Amino acid sequence: MKPSRLPMLVTWSVILFFYVPIVILVANSFNSSRFGGSWESASLKWYIRLMNEPSIWHALTNTLIIAGVATLASMVLGTSAAFALHRFAGTRLQKVHYSVIYTPLVLPEILMGLSMLLFFVQLKVQLGLATIAIAHVTFCLSYVAMTVLARLQDFDFAIIEAAQDLGAGWWTTLWRVLIPMLAPGILAGGLLAFTLSIDDFVISFFVAGPGSTTLPIKIYSMIKYGAPPLINALSTILLVITFSCVIASQYMSNRDRRTA
Amino acid sequence: MKAETRRHASEWLVTLPSFVWLLLLFLVPTVLVFAITFKPPTPYGGIGEGWTLNTLRTLGNPNYPAIIWRTVWLSVAATAICILLATPMGYYMARVSPARRRLVLLLVILPFWTSFLVRIFAWKVLLHPEGLLKNTLVFLGLVGAETSLLYNAWSVLLVMVYTELPFAILPIYAAAEKFDFRLIEAAKDLGASSFCAFRSVFLPGIRVGLLTAFLMVFIPSLGSYVIPDIVGGPTSEMIGNKIAQRTFVDRNLPHAAGLSAFLTVAVLIPMIAITTLRGKESPRDTLREEGI
Repeated sequence: MKPSRLPMLVTWSVILFFYVPIVILVANSFNSSRFGGSWESASLKWYIRLMNEPSIWHALTNTLIIAGVATLASMVLGTSAAFALHRFAGTRLQKVHYSVIYTPLVLPEILMGLSMLLFFVQLKVQLGLATIAIAHVTFCLSYVAMTVLARLQDFDFAIIEAAQDLGAGWWTTLWRVLIPMLAPGILAGGLLAFTLSIDDFVISFFVAGPGSTTLPIKIYSMIKYGAPPLINALSTILLVITFSCVIASQYMSNRDRRTA
Repeated sequence: MKAETRRHASEWLVTLPSFVWLLLLFLVPTVLVFAITFKPPTPYGGIGEGWTLNTLRTLGNPNYPAIIWRTVWLSVAATAICILLATPMGYYMARVSPARRRLVLLLVILPFWTSFLVRIFAWKVLLHPEGLLKNTLVFLGLVGAETSLLYNAWSVLLVMVYTELPFAILPIYAAAEKFDFRLIEAAKDLGASSFCAFRSVFLPGIRVGLLTAFLMVFIPSLGSYVIPDIVGGPTSEMIGNKIAQRTFVDRNLPHAAGLSAFLTVAVLIPMIAITTLRGKESPRDTLREEGI
């Protein structure tokens, strides 16, 4: 019997649907016309104008500071959480622990954004870079914990016992055995946290204060009130960066699999 | 006995950092949303002293049922379309050669890693009155020059499907990959048609993937805010837009809290239902099914 071609057709149509808007956006960034309804001439003028926009550089700096802090803190908290969830799986404490880690992953961002805003307002905390960073640690923690937890599945705890039998204290065991063995998982979680932090708009928007504009908040206000061609150019730069990072990491993990 | 206490102590030691953090910054704020619903707003956009039922009364605003209904139907429609498209994709991806599968997987994951705002903006450009799609459709005589492709419920639905589709494809693919396709052969040998085998063997086989896909698309959809804000108009507002409006425009935090409390309850019901339905599937697979 001939297999149906429908699944194949659906798959490639969806992929076309995924990429058409992106390709048009990129093409438009080189178009000197304002709305891209018609092609005027190829130009780099939007890119040049973008480079001379100090507020974008300021927003980028803020974004990177927040992402750096959120990544490091969530790597520490997320890894210990994953370790607890795996090592003591099944206890009542871990069941509760698991649900407070899992729920933020599914809950709509707007709920987390507003609830943290109310929390900070109630405590009279000044909104700014610090509140955004705290909010980012909170949602990144869950993603790191889940990523590390997935890696822990293949982890053999006999190795820890072996290290301790051979006289290693818990500090040595932690730094010389556990962390090096979990490094790929922790790094993968950190990469995910970094990407999510850089991209987050909703939660940041709710807990941002004066002067703490991040890149997504800047892009949002440009989309709402500003110049479309400039966003085309900025988007293209972001697309090139993410696409090359993802393809590079995919290539590396494929290579790892082959050598393993 | 002593080993038992030591094990207990070390469990608390590694659990406490993340547990306390989430307790303070996730659980307490969530409970606070419910509490602040009963607080009066101050004229300066803060939260006043004392308790009041005023917010609860203003939530009876006659505009709200329409907005709630729209939020629900847009989310249901987006979820249905995503699952309808993702199921054949999962089937295809599980059956092709590994090289082809890696390519499709990469092409599906790439947009997922791309900036959310950029993807929404790409549609705004495409659907813009002076944009390429509109010009083409007018040229072909398919739409009139006055028809707007943007700022209505359809553009919101389209972009919701666009951004959420990867969240449906990945869990369904993960389930399809584990599915034993010999079962379909067996069903066909026993006289089932292709469609019948697909429906009564394949679909039940990927049940967990379908449920996870439902959860991953439906719940975030209910809380959509940026998509209706950018490609929608006044006639396509969702609950999320109202929450943001009360927060940033009217600066009435108790009112925003009331709407959020309502949304939280609305979101928890399907979430608990699905988690129960999904049963005691290994929690460690969840992440992979979420495609991360």
